[in-house]
Amino acid sequence: MIDMALYFAMGCFGVGLLFNLYRIAVGPQAADRILALDTMVINVIALIVLYGIQGGTATYYEASMLVAMVGFVSTVAYCRFLLRGDIIE
Amino acid sequence: MEMFYEILITVFLVLAGIFGLAGSFGLVKLRDTMQRLHAPTKATTLGVGSVLIASMLYFGLIKGQLSFHELLITIFLFLTAPITANFIAKTYMAMNMKPEDIPETERAYGWAIFEDPPQPVVIDDEGQEGA
Repeated sequence: MIDMALYFAMGCFGVGLLFNLYRIAVGPQAADRILALDTMVINVIALIVLYGIQGGTATYYEASMLVAMVGFVSTVAYCRFLLRGDIIE
Repeated sequence: MEMFYEILITVFLVLAGIFGLAGSFGLVKLRDTMQRLHAPTKATTLGVGSVLIASMLYFGLIKGQLSFHELLITIFLFLTAPITANFIAKTYMAMNMKPEDIPETERAYGWAIFEDPPQPVVIDDEGQEGA
């Protein structure tokens, strides 16, 4: 039963990644693209954790933690670059 | 009891899938950038939180090795989601709005994206406010 739910959740997050990709390609504003990239990072974290549950191993926490931190820093850096024209003043 | 645990984890996983899909679908469907900010920052974060709860329950109840790594990721995501949303909203405002279009802050200083940060007040030896 858990296997079926895992496949369902993975499918949902995979389709979500496709939606994000559409928004990155189309999105009229730069803010839309940053938002889509941030959502993509969150979806990827969810996929990594789901893969860890499926494999039954606890090795993937570090990977998902790293992806979360890098995603946050890159989003803030991108926004700051657009706001101020510089990342670290 | 094993059956009950499996049902619990399955419920959390299905909820996670639905919330994650709703967040990403809102990113496509909503009309305006400011509206689009709502869906991913709330629904997708809730979906990821649900996945992490399911993972914690799975490893704690079925594998018998309880760990709190997932809580760490959850706390990190729930702390950073509002900050990124605020930054993206500020980026949008700075690129698309004029200072006349938005209401006054009703404070001593204007909007942070349009005005420089307030200078600190220097008080000299006689108690006068210096430059």
